[in-house]
Amino acid sequence: MKITTTSNTRFGRYGGQFVPETLMQPLKELAEAYAHLKEDPQFMRELSGLLADYAGRPTPLYHARSLSRELSRKVYLKREDLVHGGAHKLNNVLGQGLVAKEMGKTRLIAETGAGQHGVAAAMVGANLGLETEVYMGEVDIERQKMNVYRMELLGAKVIPVKSGSRTLKDSINEALRDWAASYENTHYLMGTVAGAHPYPLMVRELQSVIGTEAREQILAAEGRLPDSVVACVGGGSNAMGIFSGFLADETKLIAVEAGGRGTSSDEKIADHGACLNLGEEGVLHGAMTKILQDPYGQILESYSVAAGLDYPGVGPELAHLAEIGRVTPAIADDETALEGFRRLSILEGIIPALESSHAVGYALRNPDALGDLAIINLSGRGDKDLTTVMEQERRRRR
Amino acid sequence: MKLSEAFKRRPLLIAYICAGDPSPESTPEIVELLARAGADVVELGLPHSDPIADGPVIQAAAQRAIEAGMNTNVYFEMASRIRADLPLVFMGYYNMIYQRGLDKFAGDCANSGITGLIVPDLPPEEAGPLREACEKAEVDLIYLVAPNTPAERIPIIAESSSGFLYLVARAGVTGTRSEVLLSTKALIERVKADLPKAVGFGISTPEQAAEVIRAGADAAIVGSACVDLISKGDLEGLENLIRGMKLAIREVKPIEAVARI
Ligand SMILES: Cc1ncc(COP(=O)(O)O)c(C=O)c1O
Repeated sequence: MKITTTSNTRFGRYGGQFVPETLMQPLKELAEAYAHLKEDPQFMRELSGLLADYAGRPTPLYHARSLSRELSRKVYLKREDLVHGGAHKLNNVLGQGLVAKEMGKTRLIAETGAGQHGVAAAMVGANLGLETEVYMGEVDIERQKMNVYRMELLGAKVIPVKSGSRTLKDSINEALRDWAASYENTHYLMGTVAGAHPYPLMVRELQSVIGTEAREQILAAEGRLPDSVVACVGGGSNAMGIFSGFLADETKLIAVEAGGRGTSSDEKIADHGACLNLGEEGVLHGAMTKILQDPYGQILESYSVAAGLDYPGVGPELAHLAEIGRVTPAIADDETALEGFRRLSILEGIIPALESSHAVGYALRNPDALGDLAIINLSGRGDKDLTTVMEQERRRRR
Repeated sequence: MKLSEAFKRRPLLIAYICAGDPSPESTPEIVELLARAGADVVELGLPHSDPIADGPVIQAAAQRAIEAGMNTNVYFEMASRIRADLPLVFMGYYNMIYQRGLDKFAGDCANSGITGLIVPDLPPEEAGPLREACEKAEVDLIYLVAPNTPAERIPIIAESSSGFLYLVARAGVTGTRSEVLLSTKALIERVKADLPKAVGFGISTPEQAAEVIRAGADAAIVGSACVDLISKGDLEGLENLIRGMKLAIREVKPIEAVARI
């Protein structure tokens, strides 16, 4: 399997830089700085040091015995839930934070939906001594009060976004608007493999540590490559991170998207976040990719019980890999995810993030898709989701 | 009227409004008012759910217009009903064009009296296919130059653009501003092009409009200030603003037939 790139900003037909002229120069400077720094041994040593001692890498590849027994095959979990902060988000943020510092930036801005990426950005801002401001939709601020408080404890400022649907996509719009005016001292720390070049490439490379470790670990443990790797997809950073270790292999790569409460859409809101499965080609946040939109090209709001999967776009590289058949898109709805959440807690004593629970739930309901040996990317831990799950249970009892 | 025709009588005043705000029915009348008051070109914005190049005023207008029933079909029907004798220019985001199909969109522009397109999230690197469609339909595709556009990039943009060149007066998004920045004047000087130069983003008063014309621009573009007055229902204020601006830029340079072009 070869990944074809028509030009260096694209993945096949997807990607590119569909941005206002004011953002072309900031993107160019970022792409050049990053391309230079990733070849700089001293920079990479510093990043590896932080990944080891601050983030806690490498994360274990854990043989989930009870889950394996239940599914009648061997299943491993890649434990990104053990990364500092409780999710894979920090891998990306540490790398971009260091790039920002090397570029002489003094301020970080970030978007956040559930607050996980915002919290990771705030941690790195504190750690590297960079002023940090996080755009967060008013609706999300109300839903995620704990994470707002965490960000504030870490010294970041949370800026409420009042425009549009007041959720994640609007926070990205607002961060892009800020960056167009502030880039001389500010780095825009994007949280996933979406957006204009170089973000999809850079974030995938910074997350590829997951796949590199997992490949070595499974070879050491099993003496062979897995039949499948399963990961949930919001924008696609944890999925691209782990998939990138196996792209050149025969391993089946399963991208599980949020099925939400169904596959339909009304005028403004889709009931899901499944862009690879149900989206159409279009431009969102600077990239040509698969998006949720109405027939005129207005972007729809997405929905998922997992805030981190609640995004009406997907990374352009995933759109490309799905199109050429290298990645297999799949769907897990809210109920499947909640089942994954509960079953993994009981079976393994691990409470997964609701996002990761989509991958777990998919595996529970589709064991035959996994082959004999599978890795599930456990992208985060579920502590942040306890109130959401409690509410879901209360609602169900009523 | 073609843009090249309009630019024979410089300096020009270009007014931007958000189509469909406050209602689809109101827009043709507002365009006619703008023409009466002295606007030479009207940019008709097609509202998008995610306008990343726009500030709060135009964002809010877009949202109101979408809620009032604006969509691409209504947009073209409305444009073809406008009876003012001035060039209409489309302004809107690429995804809206892409979903309709590039050839169909450019053709619909031509058929409804729209003579040019401004697409703020489409740099020349990504514009190849739309440019082809616009050439086929014989409508102009107008590119933007920003204060942070590096010198080596300016000729590339200028050569791809047709109709005029849109000089973005400030970093960031659309909106009103209290002064014309030194960087705006520097930009007007920096850009060497055969095409007319129109300056927009942040121009909201007659003085500012006059200042950019004095600095060498061929046209001043006023957007958020119009949209703001429309949102307040102050059409009289709108008419006065446009009159005032037109008067101010004429005082800088009396109308003259420009031989070049
Ligand atoms: C734990 C966890 N997993 C997954 C995601 C989804 O993001 P991505 O698809 O970029 O991995 C998020 C986003 O917030 C998250 O917090």
